[in-house]
Amino acid sequence: MADAAIATTTATTIAGRKYGSISRDRRWALRWSYFFLVLFAIFFLTPPVYMFITSLKTSAEISAESNPWWVYSPTLANYIELLTQNQFLTFFRNSAIVAVLTVLITMAISVIAAFALARMKFWGSATLATGVFLTYLIPETLLFIPLFKMFAWVNETLGIQLMNHWWTLIILYPTLTVPFCTWIMIGYFASIPKELDEAALIDGATWIQTLTKIFIPVALPGIIAATIFCFTVAWAQFLYPLAFTTSTTELVLPVGIVTTLIKGDVFNWGQIMTGALLGAAPPLIIYAFLMDYYIAGLTAGATKG
Amino acid sequence: MAQVTLRKVVKKYDEVLAVRGIDLDITDKEFIVLVGPSGCGKSTTLRMIAGLEEISGGDIAIGGDVVNDVPPKDRDIAMVFQNYALYPHMNVYENMSFGLKLKRTPKDEIDKRVKQAAQILDITELLDRKPKQLSGGQRQRVAMGRAIVRDPKVFLFDEPLSNLDAKLRVQMRTEIKKVHQKVRTTTVYVTHDQVEAMTLADRVVVMNAGLIEQVGSPNDLYHSPATKFVAGFIGSPAMNFIPCHVEQAAGALRVRLTDTLSFPIPADRTARYTPCVGKTGLVLGLRPEHIAETRPHIEPNQHDFEILIDVVEPMGMETLVYFTIAGEEVCGRVNPNAGATAEKPMKLRADLSNMHLIDDSTGKVL
Repeated sequence: MADAAIATTTATTIAGRKYGSISRDRRWALRWSYFFLVLFAIFFLTPPVYMFITSLKTSAEISAESNPWWVYSPTLANYIELLTQNQFLTFFRNSAIVAVLTVLITMAISVIAAFALARMKFWGSATLATGVFLTYLIPETLLFIPLFKMFAWVNETLGIQLMNHWWTLIILYPTLTVPFCTWIMIGYFASIPKELDEAALIDGATWIQTLTKIFIPVALPGIIAATIFCFTVAWAQFLYPLAFTTSTTELVLPVGIVTTLIKGDVFNWGQIMTGALLGAAPPLIIYAFLMDYYIAGLTAGATKG
Repeated sequence: MAQVTLRKVVKKYDEVLAVRGIDLDITDKEFIVLVGPSGCGKSTTLRMIAGLEEISGGDIAIGGDVVNDVPPKDRDIAMVFQNYALYPHMNVYENMSFGLKLKRTPKDEIDKRVKQAAQILDITELLDRKPKQLSGGQRQRVAMGRAIVRDPKVFLFDEPLSNLDAKLRVQMRTEIKKVHQKVRTTTVYVTHDQVEAMTLADRVVVMNAGLIEQVGSPNDLYHSPATKFVAGFIGSPAMNFIPCHVEQAAGALRVRLTDTLSFPIPADRTARYTPCVGKTGLVLGLRPEHIAETRPHIEPNQHDFEILIDVVEPMGMETLVYFTIAGEEVCGRVNPNAGATAEKPMKLRADLSNMHLIDDSTGKVL
């Protein structure tokens, strides 16, 4: 009798607590996630907001002892000055050409390489695939000195001067982007069922047709993800252009802004901020448009769809 | 048209022999089913016929031409895969016409063939849908449609129904049989499901451990299996195997299962089984339907015995009873109204006219 009573009470408490705790756990989980999301948002959005505010100020207002988070007399002078300046437009053009060509070269190489490594089993293919990944792990800071030596050697033996040309960057950037994009694409292609290429093979497709008519359309989200990554790397790269280009006509945006808008110890903060903001715009616009594809591409293979 | 011939075909993966030299003649328009447990080499054999796997030895001929080194696209075959392998970015029409387009078939010819195949498979209204928007059964039809439009010499099916639920599987099975009756193309079909094999095949090829155990019509395999493996693999519930020996008594043979239980061997088998007298390692094979409840009228070669029933499984149309003889679990099929009760003795009747005597050391049916 007593036992039965205890059993009933326990049962109700267990049932009651369990029922309540699920929704309470969920509520707390949500609160915590919002807390951290807001925290991160503030942390990451502060610099661009500060850049934007500063870009609307005159030099006098920037150096004045007023509230740095408020614009008292907003002006577009920095924007107008920068966009009418030939130098800035040259940087922008250089950056755009370099980034677009880097993307084209990288995708052409890595899609074909990834297809071969993912699907054609040949002697050493697995080692090669790992090798591609290891290449990506070598930081560029280690590479620019040997690259310097190589350029000097090319100049001595072939008489081709690779230093101080914006187009040199088109040769350099793929050394960073190809390994990573190939690695992403290997993973993506590997998630495509083997039967699909066998079906294509039986239908009479050649390897090239299988790639162009089956793999590329099916792996489009992955290809777009790799393209965005590649564009971002090429657009934002700082070390290589700093090391390999010097003349103002050959500079790309990130290095151009820093080298031309800082004169000695004079920092033209208004224009630096404006330039940085304008420079950050293209990747931002591309992300905004292709966000869904990008996420689909990066999470592919996580679940079988 | 196309017959398919396999001569001493071997497949080796590194040092593992997946297929150990098989011979098979498939005649024109025949529906052949390769069946066996997983890892028996049936899929490998099919993929070798398709050209998706290189053969390590022997010859494969399609329509009289040896195709050992011919790439899949030039073998004039079509294949249906277990997971359908439809191109996800193309609609049904494009999926079905892809092969023809690659062969540069004229547009109106493609259109005619696709529409015809769609009509056979009853998927005309699905032609502009993407595979994503189709159910499992519809995808299966499209996969078959893709094979049909090619009008190939040989159809190859690799476990095409395994991904479907039980009800749809039965339905699609009938569908495949209908399609074959309409288009009459030589077909090689791989499955691990013996019911599928029995229902579809003109001839069934039972494979085990890389070798062909037996080739024959479904009825042949069922009623006269050549080996213990085939006897046990074909039929559900499986054939009962009970250790036994054969003894001679008063001019007739008896098969003895335990000290207290023995049955006379049918007279027409006396000559065949006489050499087995006194031999050890023999097994009696008797299908569950040949062990039923006792009835007043007794037929020749039927013998009653009483046994303690362990488990009773009512199936509706019949009831399965399980009991133990000589340490082996034995299954019988009795009438649902026969009053079978678990843990109660029951009088059963064994029909020895369908018995099999197996030499357990060689696995051969004697």
